[in-house]
Amino acid sequence: MSILVGRETRLVVQGITGREGEFHSRAMLDYGTRIVAGVTPNKGGQQTLDGRVPVFDTVAEAVRETGANTSCIYVPAAGAPDAILEAAGAGIETIFCITEGIPALDMLRAVAVVQAAGARLIGPNCPGATSPGRAKVGIIPGSVHREGGAGVVSRSGTLTYEAVQAMTDAGIGQSTCVGIGGDPIIGTTFLDVLKLFAADPETDAIVLIGEIGGSAEEEAAAWAAEHLRGVPMAAFIAGRTAPEGRRMGHAGAIISGGSGTAADKIAALEAAGIRVAGSPTEIPAILRAAGYRA
Amino acid sequence: MKIQEADAKSLLLAQGLPVPAWEVVRSAPEARAAAERAFAAGASLVVVKAQVLVGGRGKAGGVKVAADAGAAEAAAKAILALEIKGIPVRKLLVGPAADIAREYYLGAILDRVSRRIVVMASAEGGVEIEEVAKVNPGAIHRLEAHPHLGLLDWQARQLAFAVGLGGPHLRDFVQVAKGLVATMLANDADLVEVNPLAIVRETAADGSPVERLACLDAKITLDDSALFRHPALEALRDLDEEDPVDRQARDEGINFIKLDGSIGCMVNGAGLAMTTMDLVKRAGGEPANFLDIGGGARADKVAAAMRLILADPQVTAILVNIFGGITRGDEVARGLIEARAVQARDVPMVVRIVGTNAEEAAALLEANHFATASSLDDAAAKAVAAAGAAARTGPLTNPAADR
Repeated sequence: MSILVGRETRLVVQGITGREGEFHSRAMLDYGTRIVAGVTPNKGGQQTLDGRVPVFDTVAEAVRETGANTSCIYVPAAGAPDAILEAAGAGIETIFCITEGIPALDMLRAVAVVQAAGARLIGPNCPGATSPGRAKVGIIPGSVHREGGAGVVSRSGTLTYEAVQAMTDAGIGQSTCVGIGGDPIIGTTFLDVLKLFAADPETDAIVLIGEIGGSAEEEAAAWAAEHLRGVPMAAFIAGRTAPEGRRMGHAGAIISGGSGTAADKIAALEAAGIRVAGSPTEIPAILRAAGYRA
Repeated sequence: MKIQEADAKSLLLAQGLPVPAWEVVRSAPEARAAAERAFAAGASLVVVKAQVLVGGRGKAGGVKVAADAGAAEAAAKAILALEIKGIPVRKLLVGPAADIAREYYLGAILDRVSRRIVVMASAEGGVEIEEVAKVNPGAIHRLEAHPHLGLLDWQARQLAFAVGLGGPHLRDFVQVAKGLVATMLANDADLVEVNPLAIVRETAADGSPVERLACLDAKITLDDSALFRHPALEALRDLDEEDPVDRQARDEGINFIKLDGSIGCMVNGAGLAMTTMDLVKRAGGEPANFLDIGGGARADKVAAAMRLILADPQVTAILVNIFGGITRGDEVARGLIEARAVQARDVPMVVRIVGTNAEEAAALLEANHFATASSLDDAAAKAVAAAGAAARTGPLTNPAADR
């Protein structure tokens, strides 16, 4: 199986004719992802990516004509919330929003609508998800992966590539790698992804990569302590040296009023029996020490 | 983005909230004139408050009450001589001092856990709400405002009764609480706080005493990501209090935060940039900065990042860590080569570039005699060793740049 993306993924790319959209769509196609449609208003009827993908004016039309069930959004920040709502309105089940810099209030409103529509939003400001050997949606370089059974969930982009590369180099393959995004308001949380991994028969180990800010890692740790006993797990938390009160690049990465520190998160994870790596390169050894035989 | 109290009060006033009159001044004589106007308008006391973007102004001596214009001028002079948490006071707010009967707290935040606007009220106003949360969390009443509908009347009434503001102040409180959330929605704020919201005693036109609600202080933080659609709010950025280096970084589109250490870091991606700092520390060094050049950075951006790092005289070694995805390793390598040719001082540099176009990058770096590293841990260790060696031999100048 795998979670969120896989062989059953029929992808529509919103903003496919833009620079980013086209570049990453090509990489997704080369990886083997089934991109069934692109959407750019007023460019409907064209073909893009060397005639391999038809372009539609609206997501609804793309869904009707191609049976798209997943969307990936490369629309700039000012238009991205509308793109999310359009996808939810067209009946898309899983919506990935790569866009960075979306106003938080727009995301509050978008998340409320997406939830009411029964859809799932991943991101924004996320690198997407890859199920190695099956499909990749987003911007994670395909080369870092190897097929296997470890699920990876992370708030970061390049830090995820670093950790996944270390796993691949150590012979530990992945079922699915999910980047949930670095913004304060996101559609899918660590806890949501842990629940999906727990229900996936092909995921037999879990790696959680968090960072300072908020309390989502603590929430995930508490749930894991109760429901993931016996599943080999490892974690990494970025920002041990981050000063208080400054946003560390990601809008959501801020220690405020003494809460959201790396120390708090590490303590919560260790209390849940999950060992936290001092460097991403130590993740494979921690999984092995937790009994993982990949 | 943080904005000054006076600007926050303007935003509250625009939503119809009750805010006492004020003026902003920059000198003691101006403060005296403003105080004279306040007394002429009927004030019996005036308040002079430092306008700085940090908390704890009262404790630092940045808030004083004066009974006449001369005292106001003296208070202004004293406050303008202060530095509060390292920030020199350049501006003052002057206005009538309220006769306070009772203080409350009212605030609205974007809550990342519930993914809702959370409105909080407490009868323990005038003190830091973080302190109340620690000592007496039950004294803070919270509820969620709908992201589309804002705060509803019944919710505002519920909060009013919870903090004991039923009765004569109920109607005013409902207006203030709804206006607080409206202020947040209208300006894309992620925090709006009125502390204290106070019952103040005033004299009616017929000479009889009256009590009413007033917002005596205001704190607003704006969502940086939303400033693109609020050009008027961008103008509220207090450039006096912004570090010139921060401003330069913002203009270049680079996420940069200066720290106290000696090892400059250049990384792509925020999570990896934090991790790189953490590993420098773990290897026994101290990071000089957080720096994320962002995705897809080109050679010119790399050169700009290098200038930012080298502008810090404490930097004695540089660690470059790039995991290419959208970012191409050879572009970064070219940027490093260009930057080194013109930089003012020669600092040992350790470069690690993996991912997209890493082989081309490695060839460029080798041809130009850069020290490289393969793993992240190895790169951190080498940078720390280089900083240690530089500390022993003293700073070097760049012969290429001297020509």
